[in-house]
Amino acid sequence: MNSGTPRGNPHEGTAPAIELRGASKAFRTPSGTLHTAVRDLDLTVERGEFVAVVGPTGCGKSTTLTLVSGLEEPTEGEVLVGGEPVCGIRQDVGFVFQQDAVFPWRTVLSNVMAGPRFRGVPKAEARERARVWLDRVGLGAFTDRYPHQLSGGQRKRVALAQTFVNDPTILLMDEPFSALDVQTRALMSDELLELWGGAGTDRPDDAPPASVVFVTHDLEEAIALADKVVVMTAGPATVKQVFPVPLPRPRKVESVRLEPEFIDIYREIWSSLGEEVRITRERGASRVA
Amino acid sequence: MSLESPEAVVAVAALEKPTSRGEARLRAARNRRLLVHTVRVLLLAAVLGAWEALSRAGTIDPFNFSMPSKIWDQLVQWTMHGTAQGSLGEQIWVTLYEALIGWAVGVGAGVVAGIVLGRIRLLAEVLGPYIKVLNALPRIVLAPIFLIWFGLGPASKIASAVVLVFFPVFFNAFQGVREVDRNLIANARILGANNRQVTLQVVVPAATSWIFTSLHVSFGFALIGAIVGEYIGADKGIGLLVSSSQGNFNSAGVYAAMVILAVVALLAEALLTFAEKRLFRWKPASGGDR
Repeated sequence: MNSGTPRGNPHEGTAPAIELRGASKAFRTPSGTLHTAVRDLDLTVERGEFVAVVGPTGCGKSTTLTLVSGLEEPTEGEVLVGGEPVCGIRQDVGFVFQQDAVFPWRTVLSNVMAGPRFRGVPKAEARERARVWLDRVGLGAFTDRYPHQLSGGQRKRVALAQTFVNDPTILLMDEPFSALDVQTRALMSDELLELWGGAGTDRPDDAPPASVVFVTHDLEEAIALADKVVVMTAGPATVKQVFPVPLPRPRKVESVRLEPEFIDIYREIWSSLGEEVRITRERGASRVA
Repeated sequence: MSLESPEAVVAVAALEKPTSRGEARLRAARNRRLLVHTVRVLLLAAVLGAWEALSRAGTIDPFNFSMPSKIWDQLVQWTMHGTAQGSLGEQIWVTLYEALIGWAVGVGAGVVAGIVLGRIRLLAEVLGPYIKVLNALPRIVLAPIFLIWFGLGPASKIASAVVLVFFPVFFNAFQGVREVDRNLIANARILGANNRQVTLQVVVPAATSWIFTSLHVSFGFALIGAIVGEYIGADKGIGLLVSSSQGNFNSAGVYAAMVILAVVALLAEALLTFAEKRLFRWKPASGGDR
């Protein structure tokens, strides 16, 4: 099923999955001034690596994802996916949004079928694949419902199935669970790790899992999920420090955060992140004053 | 239409479990509904009664203001013996036919133009000022011109209905397209949708609720267009009924035609609401419908 990767790619196996080189992005605000969201960003994500990006609220973390996805182009610098410069939206990229982005007028099944159907997969096959993924996310009994009839966690599951059904090799997640309550969030994180690790999927054992960039402002979530935590500075964002997370897998989010090693890592990263959070807070305070 | 709150109260009450408190609430809601209906009927009776009494007593001029009994007689006479231009059913049908065709054409053109301009920014920027100018024109003055162009038949009425319907529908469709949640579009593009698929499978469904709100208003406009067209010059239709009654100083006839129009408009409105409910099953029900 790993059809997303171009087999004939000469960079296959050598180039990292995602590479940002000195990427900057500036937007023109409605008032006409330039707002720099990210500046001079260097970031490398290896194949099959789970990278979490943390930073103060509103620092431009999401912009990083839109650059990788091809939804936006960098103003300066380079964005490479699989060794090739990003030019438009790639077929092998999946994106889970912060807000609900499932189509409210489509049923659950039809929502998950959307990706394959857009890509020209015949209806029967698309339905088959969608059903498989809905079963995997535990929504097999809800195929005929409309999104407004589901809970927030269930809608998120639809979004996950909608993304995973396209077999992305690059998975971009923009604070996907931030709108959920704490318990649902932990549950969803575990389920995400299982889906990503390939439990119950038909991916061959030797194929690496998707490369993930997971944006969050929750440091605990970041450490529990990721192989590598990237700390961003207060906006305009750039990479401040990168911390490896050598915790063994498979992990369970609820239990891993109680381990002494986890707490050490947390303390270490927080000493870096906390400073940026404070800067952002002080800026906010001075803006209010 | 916003006076339907008693039904909504009942719907909420119906969700309660059949405990004694729930039953009491249900009964209270039923009583309230009864009260509202009773007062409604009484109010109508009072207004009509006062009109009739004042008119008979000569306090208001019966020649100008007519009276409910005369209007009723006029309606009965038209129904039983037909009007001067033919049977009453035919007049209603002609007006309805003109309004419906005009409405359909206006809605079709408005929706297509709104979506196209909403999606293609350049076109919107180029055509924007012209559309504003055309919209600023009081379009009802076009009716005499259409009469000259298209003659006394239905075509001139259809044309005036079209120009009245087009603009509100166009603006709503345009706005609806512009207001589509950017996340939905981004999601569709990531999932692999091309521009055409984004337009047809994301933008259009997302804009339908905007478009539908304009359909309600615009059917009224279509009727106005048809009636005004007929009033200015026609050989059939309710508008002609109004103008010929007026010509004969038959005020009861004018009022009777108004009653017929109101009934027709309300029926059309009910049909539209029904269609809307079928089409928007995906929407969370408002007012505790579910």
